[in-house]
Amino acid sequence: MQSLTNRSKVVVKRELSFVESLYLPAVFQGMFITIKHLFKKPATIKYPEEKRPIAPVYRGMHVLKRDEQGRENCTACGLCAVACPAEAITIDAAERKIGEEHLYREEKYAAKYEINMLRCIYCGLCEEACPKDAVYLTDRIVPPAFTRGNFIFGKDVLVEGTTPSERVNVDKRKKKYNMDVNL
Amino acid sequence: MDFTLLLDKTILIVIIFIISLGIAAYATYGERKVAAWLQDRVGPDRAGPFGLLQPIADGVKMFLKEEIIPNTSNRVLFIIAPAIFMITALMTSAIIPWGKSFYINGREFSLQVANLNVGMLYIFAMVSIGGYGIMIGGWASNNKFSLMGALRSSSQMISYELSLGMSLIALLLMSNSLNLRDIVDMQKYGHWNVIYQPLGFLIFIVCAFAECGRAPFDLAESESELIGGFHTEYSSMKLGLYLFAEYIHMFISSALISTLYFGGYHFPFIDSLNLSPNIAAAVSVGVLFAKIFFFMFFFMWVRWTLPRFRFDQLMKLGWQIFIPLSILNILITGAWITFFEK
Repeated sequence: MQSLTNRSKVVVKRELSFVESLYLPAVFQGMFITIKHLFKKPATIKYPEEKRPIAPVYRGMHVLKRDEQGRENCTACGLCAVACPAEAITIDAAERKIGEEHLYREEKYAAKYEINMLRCIYCGLCEEACPKDAVYLTDRIVPPAFTRGNFIFGKDVLVEGTTPSERVNVDKRKKKYNMDVNL
Repeated sequence: MDFTLLLDKTILIVIIFIISLGIAAYATYGERKVAAWLQDRVGPDRAGPFGLLQPIADGVKMFLKEEIIPNTSNRVLFIIAPAIFMITALMTSAIIPWGKSFYINGREFSLQVANLNVGMLYIFAMVSIGGYGIMIGGWASNNKFSLMGALRSSSQMISYELSLGMSLIALLLMSNSLNLRDIVDMQKYGHWNVIYQPLGFLIFIVCAFAECGRAPFDLAESESELIGGFHTEYSSMKLGLYLFAEYIHMFISSALISTLYFGGYHFPFIDSLNLSPNIAAAVSVGVLFAKIFFFMFFFMWVRWTLPRFRFDQLMKLGWQIFIPLSILNILITGAWITFFEK
């Protein structure tokens, strides 16, 4: 049979010669290989201090966006929950009361918006389904937790803050989304 | 024996004891660092600067672990075994000449606890008794894996002690003395024994690996086959003692290899520097420790290069290759001395 690469070697099973049975030539060969690695740069990335560059299309933890005036975009239509193949999203809708116009953009809003981060498969279909620019996947990594219950993220974690420093930039995701629409 | 001599020796013993323990502790750190470097990793670097507090954290962990003594074990022997292993590991250091003598107020401070004239025999005695630490521990655990580890360890020790002894007989033929200080002083001016006894050195170092139970000869505790081997049932500081003693064995073996084959505390051209006796003594200690550290690195280097031998390979290597080779070495050395050095 023709080999795909030239790297295959024919293995012959035979008795070791006396020199080979001392194992020393093989030992020295091996030690030469390991000592070469002593002078190589470690492949380690020291995680909390140092972060691996992630791809622009990376899909990490979700964010619920607010508009320029700091009102929540989400109108609790439930399209993301329907689109979610893992059924990770739970929404309870509520009607906006008078005097809450500065909090919610539309007349209806999500009183409860929960994503089970352990169920989520980070496919990004919720983001695609959203007609209100409300939910986006970001390049943030879901922080570790000790219990399963702590992985059910509510609005307190998911909704971005109102101050400029607390805003989450999703331009990278938006560009991709708009491009898809234009196609 | 006068009181000052007793005081000198006591101080020296305490210092060597502390140094041995300190080096054993930091050898665990070194082992992990060397392993990491050889595998393109970083190794422990979280506890303190460069992870230097890691051995202390490990020690604290060992102390705080739950102490479990199996119901079916032989309690007395179970407790004595790690102690024997540790004590014999430490006792071997008594006859190693750590450096030239210091002279303070015209009095000589020898850096050797006991200048035995049967030093080499003492080493063999200690190494052999150390084997009991493993054997008793494995047997007292009343666990088949422990017993297997102990059996393997004892048969391995017996097999390799023979060629270890015979490689030293060739050395003995050259030095005409069993006294370690004589052997060291014979190697002054760069006449290191390794130059005259390359084969003997090779046999000695391989057997030293086997006697220490280090990879590639760590069949006594081969974790992939025997869980933990002889220390399967041990926990807390008793396990700590076993692991610690292994590193002390490594330290003492490195010291022995340096002493017997690499000129001990001598360094070529050191006499041409015309140092005052005390500084020369300090330098000689430094030289010996540099050699020891190199060999400890060598031990680790080998461990992280080679896979473990199969037991039949180990036995074959010991009985069919190293024993004939060491006999050949004795014959060659004897013939050389008889016909050429008369």
